[in-house]
Amino acid sequence: MLFQRGVQGRRLLAYGVPMAAVLFALILGAIMLLILDASPLEGVKAMFEGAFGSSKALTETVLKATPLLLVGVGITIAFRADVINIGGEGQLVLGALFSTFVALNVPRLPAVLMIPLVLLAGFVGGAIWGAIPGVLKAYYDVNEILSTIMLNVVAVQLMNFLLRGPFIDPGEIERGTSIPQTERLTENADLPLLFGSGRLHIGPVIAVIAAIAAYVLLWRTPLGYRLRAVGRNADAARYAGIPVKRTIVLALTLSGAMAGLAGAILVFGSESHRMVTDGSTAGFTGNAGFNGIVAALFGGLHPLWTIPASFLFGGLLVGGNALQRTVQVPSALILALNGLVVIFLVSSDRFKRRLLDRKATGTESELGDDPTGPDPPDPSHPEDSESINLVNRGEV
Amino acid sequence: MRRTYTWLVLLAAFALVVAACGGDDNAEATTTTSTPVTTETFRIAVVAPSAANDLAFTQSMIDSLNVIDGEMDLEIAVTDGMFVVEDAAAAIRDYADKGYDLVIAHGSQYGGSLAEIAPDFPDTSFAWGTAAETFGLPNVYSYQAASDQGGYVMGVLAAALSKTGTLGVVGPVEVGDAKLYVDGFAAGAKAEDPAIDVKIVYTGSFSDVALASETAQAHVTAGADVLTGSAQMVVGAIGVASTEGVAWFGTQANQTQIAPDVVVASQVYHWEGVLREIIAGVQSGTLGGEAYTIDLANGGEVIEYNPGYDLPADVKAKGDAAVAGIIDGSIVVGG
Amino acid sequence: MSGLFTEAVLVATIAGGIRLAVPLLFASIGEMFGQRSGVLNLGVDGVMLLGAFGGYYTVLKTDNVWFGLLVGVGIGVVLGLVTAVMSVTLKAEQGISGIGVFLFGLGFSDLLFQMWVGTPLPIQAFPKVEIPGLSNIPFLGETLFSHSAVVYIAFAMVPLSMFIINQTNFGMKIRAVGENPEAADSLGVSVAGIRYATLIIGGTLAGVAGAALAIDLKIFQSNLTNAAGFIAIALVYFGAWRPLGVMGGALLYGFVNSIVLQLKTQGIIPRSWSDIAAMAPAVVTILALVVVAHRFKPPAALTKPFERAR
Repeated sequence: MLFQRGVQGRRLLAYGVPMAAVLFALILGAIMLLILDASPLEGVKAMFEGAFGSSKALTETVLKATPLLLVGVGITIAFRADVINIGGEGQLVLGALFSTFVALNVPRLPAVLMIPLVLLAGFVGGAIWGAIPGVLKAYYDVNEILSTIMLNVVAVQLMNFLLRGPFIDPGEIERGTSIPQTERLTENADLPLLFGSGRLHIGPVIAVIAAIAAYVLLWRTPLGYRLRAVGRNADAARYAGIPVKRTIVLALTLSGAMAGLAGAILVFGSESHRMVTDGSTAGFTGNAGFNGIVAALFGGLHPLWTIPASFLFGGLLVGGNALQRTVQVPSALILALNGLVVIFLVSSDRFKRRLLDRKATGTESELGDDPTGPDPPDPSHPEDSESINLVNRGEV
Repeated sequence: MRRTYTWLVLLAAFALVVAACGGDDNAEATTTTSTPVTTETFRIAVVAPSAANDLAFTQSMIDSLNVIDGEMDLEIAVTDGMFVVEDAAAAIRDYADKGYDLVIAHGSQYGGSLAEIAPDFPDTSFAWGTAAETFGLPNVYSYQAASDQGGYVMGVLAAALSKTGTLGVVGPVEVGDAKLYVDGFAAGAKAEDPAIDVKIVYTGSFSDVALASETAQAHVTAGADVLTGSAQMVVGAIGVASTEGVAWFGTQANQTQIAPDVVVASQVYHWEGVLREIIAGVQSGTLGGEAYTIDLANGGEVIEYNPGYDLPADVKAKGDAAVAGIIDGSIVVGG
Repeated sequence: MSGLFTEAVLVATIAGGIRLAVPLLFASIGEMFGQRSGVLNLGVDGVMLLGAFGGYYTVLKTDNVWFGLLVGVGIGVVLGLVTAVMSVTLKAEQGISGIGVFLFGLGFSDLLFQMWVGTPLPIQAFPKVEIPGLSNIPFLGETLFSHSAVVYIAFAMVPLSMFIINQTNFGMKIRAVGENPEAADSLGVSVAGIRYATLIIGGTLAGVAGAALAIDLKIFQSNLTNAAGFIAIALVYFGAWRPLGVMGGALLYGFVNSIVLQLKTQGIIPRSWSDIAAMAPAVVTILALVVVAHRFKPPAALTKPFERAR
């Protein structure tokens, strides 16, 4: 009745849905601020200014969005092939460890060679940590949710072992302080700054290029076709002569490689230009392995749409931290707010899809839709037999 | 195309919200964000990795700040829970940007970032701990705790108290302050009783309380009748100590309230002295360059006994002797 | 060195493994119900954390552990309902909505703790229940029949859930909805109703898992579960969606952890290797699954929202 005012009105309403969802989450956040005796208005203002209000703020947001985007792009590739990769945290860590290893061992390499090399090392490290669950899934029927969760556990211990052992800053041993961190890594590996000074380095550019490359791969190459074919229907793909097992390994390998690349960028674009651990994965990744999944799904599992999605989500995280500093509330509130935004956005998606559905058939069709690429599969189309299923049906 | 609109609308929504708030809030905002620096209020910001009330590392700093807050006109901003090092770096940068007089980076893992940030703010003073170096920068102070000294005293007390000859240590990861304390504890125990068996287990995690608890249980099974440990997750181990009725020695903050019946004593850090000196330095124009160490001699480290624990007088005497020996230099801990 | 093979150490290792398995067992049995009906819930860890805080806070205020456990149940029911609304009614993407619940639980439990409690204060623990007769059997009595009450409740969940899933009408409907919701629907089974029920069961058991963990440790702290909820989800896959398999996975994970701790305590694993040794539970779990080379298939409708065909 309300929604019968023609296509235009409905579409406008639909675009308001995610907005309303974020607002609703922020209102709950504001109520929490009131309970904590802080001014919600001041909070929201601090949040926006901290995320988008100045060039410094925008820089922080873009830097925060970079690992989200790369992880998100990797998630997109995996999801298109019908595998869920929740091992981003571990893959980030492995990418960082591999690239750190390179920088520690050939520090004299000139920057023109060094920078591509450390990025490649990160890519390879993440790829290996993605290939393991890929092989386990394709050839040993080990579900990737199990293996990626477990490999995250292994990665954090590997990081702790290396950073307090073989990789540790010799100065830490000398002083007896034993902080588990590397020395300041070679300046030859510092990511070049975009504007010569400031904090903004080439990492975000690499991430955007990776997103575009993933788009081209998925929709403009035979390989991408095979990935998506396996994702839509593994049996049909097999009958069509597509090597399903190898394709699944490849999907998880590429997915891990993207996260690994993000790990390398985190190290060489970091404030400290070294790798340091507080004993947990999140201390290094800042939960990017999980938040990247969120960014990917808000980008409709499309590499290009993940770019603005990551930017906004990065802004939310950076703005949240700024809010904490300005109104002096416990930082736990920011994490809770982060969760609320995810909950409300993902829950509201259905209303948006319903409003956008012009066919009025009661089906959803928006989330995975791709306006430019040919023949996109649709992850949000439940009754479609070709829909993307987050978890493999075990018949690979 | 459609999604372009979606994001545009989203962005617009953000903008709207902010514009609306900005309008309402302008007058108030200008007063809060541009606090004039001419006032006498000394502004301190602390960035710390765990919760402000963790009964351990972070709390020791917050408690000390609260003590001196009563002595002078301070404005204290706290950003706790910054276990993500890059987020901590952003916070340090932001506080410096906002003109705080002293920005305290209260985590040894923040040092690498601080070394890059401090040169960008030559007029701001930074303090970094626990750490021993100031990177040769004129605007960085550092502070650390000689936690091996307190650890040594605890080790002496534990060995003297133990009837089974076995002590259990629950550590997180073998690094930094925890390693220093544990090494000191083992040295003190061996000095008191060369035959003592000090079982040291690092669980591999600062946060896994269940694993810390199970480690303590394993120590008790192995015959340990005195336990100690360092970092936030030891609350799990203290629980086991109280259930099993074995003695516990605490560090970083006074842990008596967690288990009043088994906590014998805690090594407590008092940063007040260091903070007073740093603040005086900043006010007189010296923004850094000094490395402070709190220890038993300068009163920054205090052994706080639990009055409710019935510690035999001869054991306590040994502890007091160890403290005196460390202070007068007849006992040298570590190297 | 030789201390490892004394009876006391063996008893402690087994008893310790069982204790470490308990929260995992509660949470994975709960998650199993949801997955059997076709819903993946990644938010277990968030529910556990909120249940842990609720249980801790209640015991702190009332000194009654059973009341604390009950509050864990209540929080679990509410969050199970929230999960169901998201996943069933609103058909939210299951791989993502749970991450929202996880992040919310991680932050909100810590926030409440800092607002209402502040510094961690100890609470009462569960009473230890020695099963009359059985607890006197040498070795077995000490390892299996001398635990806190909540341990028995956790293991009682295994036969209970086997009975529910395999023998009852409700269980048959759960399986039908998870394998072929269209067919179940055509036979008049309410797909949404069954999924609401299983998700509320899942939430309840996750809440209980958290409360049991906090009360067993007698303390609450930020991120108390340390991602145990994610391990619990992995164990559902390990257990191939069967209660006995899930129990096997939880016990394997607990035992390997416990054995590694004993080896460290005895000095058999040197300290420089403690990080590597801490990988053991995860590695063993993966390898075990590789070796077993499962032929079990997940419920066919897992992660797929149900939309009635017109």
